Amino acid sequence: MEKVTPLYETHKKYGGKIVPFAGYLLPVQYPSGVIAEHMAVRNTCGIFDVSHMGEITCTGPDALKLLNHILTNDFTDMYDGQARYTVMCYEDGGCVDDLIVYKVKEEQYFIVVNAANKDKDFQWMKEHEEGNAVFTDISDSVAQISVQGPKAYEILRKLLSEESFPEKYYSALFDRDLKGIRCAVSQTGYTGEGGYELYMAASDAAAVWELLLEAGKEEGILPCGLGARDTLRLEAGMPLYGHEMDETVTPLETGLNFAVKMKKEDFIGKTALTEKEITRTRVGLKVTGRGIVREHMPVYMGEVQVGMTTSGTHCPLLGYPVAMALVSLRASAIGTKLTADVRGRKVEMEVVKLPFYSRTRKA
Amino acid sequence: MNCPTNLTYSKSHEWVKKEEGSVLIGLTDFAQSELGDLVFVNLPEVGDSVTAGEALGDVESVKAVSDIFSPVSGTVSEVNEELLDHPEMINEAPYDAWLIRVTEVTEEEELLDAEAYEAHCEAESEG
Repeated sequence: MEKVTPLYETHKKYGGKIVPFAGYLLPVQYPSGVIAEHMAVRNTCGIFDVSHMGEITCTGPDALKLLNHILTNDFTDMYDGQARYTVMCYEDGGCVDDLIVYKVKEEQYFIVVNAANKDKDFQWMKEHEEGNAVFTDISDSVAQISVQGPKAYEILRKLLSEESFPEKYYSALFDRDLKGIRCAVSQTGYTGEGGYELYMAASDAAAVWELLLEAGKEEGILPCGLGARDTLRLEAGMPLYGHEMDETVTPLETGLNFAVKMKKEDFIGKTALTEKEITRTRVGLKVTGRGIVREHMPVYMGEVQVGMTTSGTHCPLLGYPVAMALVSLRASAIGTKLTADVRGRKVEMEVVKLPFYSRTRKA
Repeated sequence: MNCPTNLTYSKSHEWVKKEEGSVLIGLTDFAQSELGDLVFVNLPEVGDSVTAGEALGDVESVKAVSDIFSPVSGTVSEVNEELLDHPEMINEAPYDAWLIRVTEVTEEEELLDAEAYEAHCEAESEG
């Protein structure tokens, strides 16, 4: 039986097409459709219900030490409110999950994990607790709404005071007042566009959603579903757990080296990541032939299979299909011509630089 | 829901328009609305044969690929090539955006009239 988010009734009210996803009933799209929703985020603003994401706190005098032990990034030199992307590895270097850690203040951290992995993550964290630090799963009491796009600030400014906005990308301010509702404002997102993620009590989510739609009316704000969330992250070349990484793939193969601090004294998975020879890597592929290359399609260089696609779709803004794949190193150089076997048909592709789309590199 | 009465319909959501010596096949308004924004169409070529109840091609929305089933058996005599570059025409005007023309029709599936098809779609949406 799927769970619902605090915004379930709101999604139905706005005509959201509801599908099961990661154990939750969520809208895959609204009547405007995936392409219009995607373009709203690129051009103006779109809002997403991401309340299905898991939230876990880590508190206690040994919290920092514990996080540095079970996660691959280094959390030592963070300021209050700062956010840091990281991976959590198994001993063999495979990924338990990728997540974001916020430092609320000394001895107090706020962690956001993938919905589908929440229970597994929390169990792993509990098993590895040591010293005076505790993980607590607060997912059910927290809702999250993502406000993304070039007009996100302008729209949110109608609801929040100037002092409520975190100054830097990947940082947050807690206990802000949004028209009388307490929320955290984080300058983060998963679309390749600028924007904010708001965290609030589950019981306040519907009210915030309505306030956002009203505030953004003039700008053409659109509620967006999981469909656009996926096309946006793919167009921006962002990896997704269960696709570009999983328990059989290491973060170094996925190209997440920036989030793996090999110089750190020790952390779970470090030995395996140090010893394991890297033979494959994640690449971006532009489809040059006819067709859409989706996930789990075999990738060939000439007649030899060199890997598998991990995600793929048609990119609404770029106007052509792209895919990501894990391929042998020898097939990974920019410009390499590859093909995918799409239900028995060979479709040509070319290895291109990631991300496919960057807002700071607009064509 | 939009179902013109001059057409007949398959349960798998294709429409059939009978003309002198041939039939046109397309996707219904219900089909395009369920599929969402279409971004790719794969159609047979002129001269290919199609078989009632079997896939004649596929369409892809942003999210997924779906087979198009042929409501008749026969030979493809014309393909709407414009759709290959503009699959969104199916979303915009499903009953103008015919996919293929089939001649030498030897067999056809049990097809529904507009009223029966509408009832079929309603039952499917509730299920």
